[in-house]
Amino acid sequence: MTMLNVGRPTRPDGAAESAGHTSLTGGRGLLQDEPLIFELGGWSKTGVDLAAPSQDASDLGDLVRSAPIGLPGLSEPEAMRHYVRLSQKNHAIDLALYPLGSCTMKHNPRLNEKMARLAGFADLHPLAPQSTVQGALALMDRLAHWLKTLTGMPAVALSPKAGAHGELCGLLCIKAAHEANGQGHRRTVLVPTSAHGTNPATAAFVGYSVVEIAQTQDGRVDIADLAAKLSPDVAAIMVTNPNTCGLFERDVIEIARLTHEAGAYFYCDGANFNAIVGRVRQGDLGVDAMHINLHKTFSTPHGGGGPGAGPVVLSAALAAHAPAPWVVSGPDGLRLVEETVDEAAQGFGRMSAFHGQMGMFVRAYAYMVSHGADGLRQVAEDAVLNANYVKARLSPVMSPAFPEGPCMHEALFDDAWLEGTGVTTLDFAKAMIDEGFHPMTMYFPLVVHGAMLIEPTETEPKQELDRFCEALIALAHAAKAGDADRFKGAPYLAPMRRLDETLAARKPKLTWRRGDNGVAPAPLAAE
Amino acid sequence: MRYLPLTPADRAEMLATIGARSIDELFVDVPAAARKAELFDLPLHAGELEVERELAGLAALNRPAGAGPFFCGAGAYKHHVPATVDHIIQRSEFLTSYTPYQPEIAQGTLQVLFEFQTQVAALTGLEVANASMYDGSTACAEAVMMAQRVTRRKKAVLSGGLHPHYAATTQTIAHAEGMEIVRQAAAIDAEAAVLDAIDADTAAVVVQTPNVFGVVTDVTKIAEAAHAAGALLIVVTTEAVSYGLLKSPGEMGADIAVAEGQSIGNGLNFGGPYVGLFACREKLVRQMPGRLCGETVDAEGRRGYVLTLSTREQHIRREKATSNICTNSGLCALAFTIHLSLLGETGLRQLAALNHAKARELCDALAAVPGVEVLTPRFFNELAIRVKGGAARTVEALLADGVVAGVPFSRLDPSAGLDDVLLVAATETTSTEDIQAFAQALAGRTA
Amino acid sequence: MRFTKDHEWVVLEGDVATIGITAYAADQLGDVVFVETPEPGKAVKAGDNLAVVESVKAASDVYAPISGEVIEGNAALGDAPETVNDQPEGAGWFARIKVADPSEVEALMDRAAYEDFLGTL
Repeated sequence: MTMLNVGRPTRPDGAAESAGHTSLTGGRGLLQDEPLIFELGGWSKTGVDLAAPSQDASDLGDLVRSAPIGLPGLSEPEAMRHYVRLSQKNHAIDLALYPLGSCTMKHNPRLNEKMARLAGFADLHPLAPQSTVQGALALMDRLAHWLKTLTGMPAVALSPKAGAHGELCGLLCIKAAHEANGQGHRRTVLVPTSAHGTNPATAAFVGYSVVEIAQTQDGRVDIADLAAKLSPDVAAIMVTNPNTCGLFERDVIEIARLTHEAGAYFYCDGANFNAIVGRVRQGDLGVDAMHINLHKTFSTPHGGGGPGAGPVVLSAALAAHAPAPWVVSGPDGLRLVEETVDEAAQGFGRMSAFHGQMGMFVRAYAYMVSHGADGLRQVAEDAVLNANYVKARLSPVMSPAFPEGPCMHEALFDDAWLEGTGVTTLDFAKAMIDEGFHPMTMYFPLVVHGAMLIEPTETEPKQELDRFCEALIALAHAAKAGDADRFKGAPYLAPMRRLDETLAARKPKLTWRRGDNGVAPAPLAAE
Repeated sequence: MRYLPLTPADRAEMLATIGARSIDELFVDVPAAARKAELFDLPLHAGELEVERELAGLAALNRPAGAGPFFCGAGAYKHHVPATVDHIIQRSEFLTSYTPYQPEIAQGTLQVLFEFQTQVAALTGLEVANASMYDGSTACAEAVMMAQRVTRRKKAVLSGGLHPHYAATTQTIAHAEGMEIVRQAAAIDAEAAVLDAIDADTAAVVVQTPNVFGVVTDVTKIAEAAHAAGALLIVVTTEAVSYGLLKSPGEMGADIAVAEGQSIGNGLNFGGPYVGLFACREKLVRQMPGRLCGETVDAEGRRGYVLTLSTREQHIRREKATSNICTNSGLCALAFTIHLSLLGETGLRQLAALNHAKARELCDALAAVPGVEVLTPRFFNELAIRVKGGAARTVEALLADGVVAGVPFSRLDPSAGLDDVLLVAATETTSTEDIQAFAQALAGRTA
Repeated sequence: MRFTKDHEWVVLEGDVATIGITAYAADQLGDVVFVETPEPGKAVKAGDNLAVVESVKAASDVYAPISGEVIEGNAALGDAPETVNDQPEGAGWFARIKVADPSEVEALMDRAAYEDFLGTL
């Protein structure tokens, strides 16, 4: 036979000893250390080729900037590599389950991205003549129809740009309605102790004083406390339903009745609408206003922190006070009412310059039409099923905050089960990162000690839920077995170790400055 | 349904693990009166092909800005966005991640925000910038309320050159918070008039440059007057590309600069999502609204980034927060940062010069049309003209010639009595042929 | 040194009271990152907001334990907020107040009473 015995080794013999290994240059294999654009040295570079201007700026005299701006530039390949390298340091829903309670991190269909990029939507100017944007107005009109039908409410304001902006819109509607009805003296808003921080922040912003409503042992609004606090001074209550403990407010109809009897309005925080979409309509529960986070329930991408969209559905009592603009149907087709001067003197004003987050409307509408009435109902059912499954699997090793009865779309645990282990909720969450999962929402709601709020959403297959539960069970056993180091130093395997937030806040450094990080001041001026 | 992974067998097995007989048992807390057995009155699920058909059908009813000569501006501008930008923002790790609350696995987003903040500070000539706001108009409202916190005064004076929709947004939101908003009458060269309205109760003076009529103003004198009265100067810009040519707000004495950042990296999108820029003097940083990213180190001493000064925000301060806002405009800020990194100092200056040159070309062509009067004395890439017979009617008439002539001022402020004023903008996307087509059509209509 | 149930301390010298937060409070807050101290000349009544102290996790109001007029805020905390953690009942003081009614100070808890109170929390 012929023998060819040259060439490379094909077994990993001797390569197993890798613990504690570091690279010579600071990166971690494919995870490169990436400098800031300001340190890449491209002060004269550009990644665009532009035509030369046909005229100069002499007409502007000394209005023209003389000092350099201080912006580095990158050629196209450098820009691509810089931002792709940075992207690899992020966790994402496309990589693994992202169980942030109250945030509804579900799959983002790429069909929605494709639709939003159609030139007929993406390349439309907000002030283009209305006869040239009839399809866009029709889309807004259809989206409004779906939102109204799904909530059983007669009106919707589309323009708010996020959930908190929607809350502001809802409370401004309520304030305007009270003023129109001679009730402008009402100064108090009631908020349960378990509420999202935005609720009291918004109420205070609008000038209301906030009074907290107590919570019962089983995690719901204390009706007796609510009844006691509902005075003629109360303008509204703000209740999240399903609430932030992941529970449905069983007495919601009674809450609405008491609220209306006291002359107040019922604002519902719709952050958790995903649990009931297609099955339960807020209009049937007595709600007067509710924002809908399109980036939660209707799957527009979170994008690393926005943009969101927060349309607000309104009851008949509040509809007349909605802000501009809105779409109406007329003899010449659809029309956008942009001024409240003539057509609705009761409208409270304007939430932003244009008509809302159209790019998000297209995505949300594509998502709704894809699911249909049947698919959306299945969304709620599977979201609730997945959360209860996680709760059932983890309850033997972790302590559910409300063990009795089902949860809705999120499962809430406290930290009682960690007692004596020396491991905190934060440590446990950081150890999850080493297992490849994003931590759950922690220390929220504030009413549960060391809270861990897990929202799997309906787009997780059973296999992924099992993988997640098994990772958490293994971690729980490790914590109870005294393996505290695994938690105290975690994460070990992420792109970064735990970061010093105290240093960041004591000596805030919010921008890069010339000379930072040993980078010599670059030549600027007129290169 | 293609987005729902559970099979009927999975569901049965999971219900058994939970110990429930049916899915309805999990909804037992919903009052019986509100439980709907039947489906709502909406169509059933649809395949990708059917959805594409419906949406493409709606899109086809619209005339995109790129379909022909197009001159609308007034707060949103048609610019070319490099293909690289849209590719990167669609990467899963950017598109489908949440707010970076776990910094160890969100350094990508955080470093981008740090770069964004530094770019915005540089553009505006101020020391610090936040991680973005919803858009320019809400940033303007937030700036006015910040001035109230800093000065502990209640009054804000809005120049008549401020975009009327910005003024209306600010009026709605700041008024709700208890501020007195003095909105001056719309006028082409309105800036000087604010000087008379500044008094000892004034928290903020809000001036836009280039203003809604396109007028570029040196606001140095207004800054001096505001500061002499103990007020802050807020400078608003709706066209971020103008920073590449004009003196920065910081250079002219602004305390806070806010802007619409759509022009860099972001499409028109029929009004949103956009990205609000917000920068201020360093000493004011603790009163600044919105998220902030800051530099720090990790447990091994390596440089990294975190969200910081978050005690100002709603999830910690609750009813004492500086603002109720909890979202920024992350992905739009990313697009802005990538586009601006591609441009760099050199590219942004070229782009700004090109925009200005196109507007001069447009101005010259329109000025030559009989009956047209150019109203804006010095402009960046947008100007106001007076047309006979009303601006709204002119726009409708020129549509028949395939030209989208601009934004009638009356659409922004119907009560201003400026019905014959038309706002026209040109950018690097405007061709000489577009300009000629506009001038010819206008000459044909006014002849 | 006298104490309040809101965890402020007061030391009276003549008619000038120095005010800070207790070691217990500083420990509960965690790392202090920012302190907003009052301007001289500000008149306060007992129970009014006097200062704001921020940790990474929380922003808390500090109340005036007694009435009077602010003479000075502790400017050194601007650059070194960590002093509140390191020496809460010394160099980490927040403000000095010219006291209107010294008997208000007498009415506050002494250390033994404050420690008993902490035992009930």
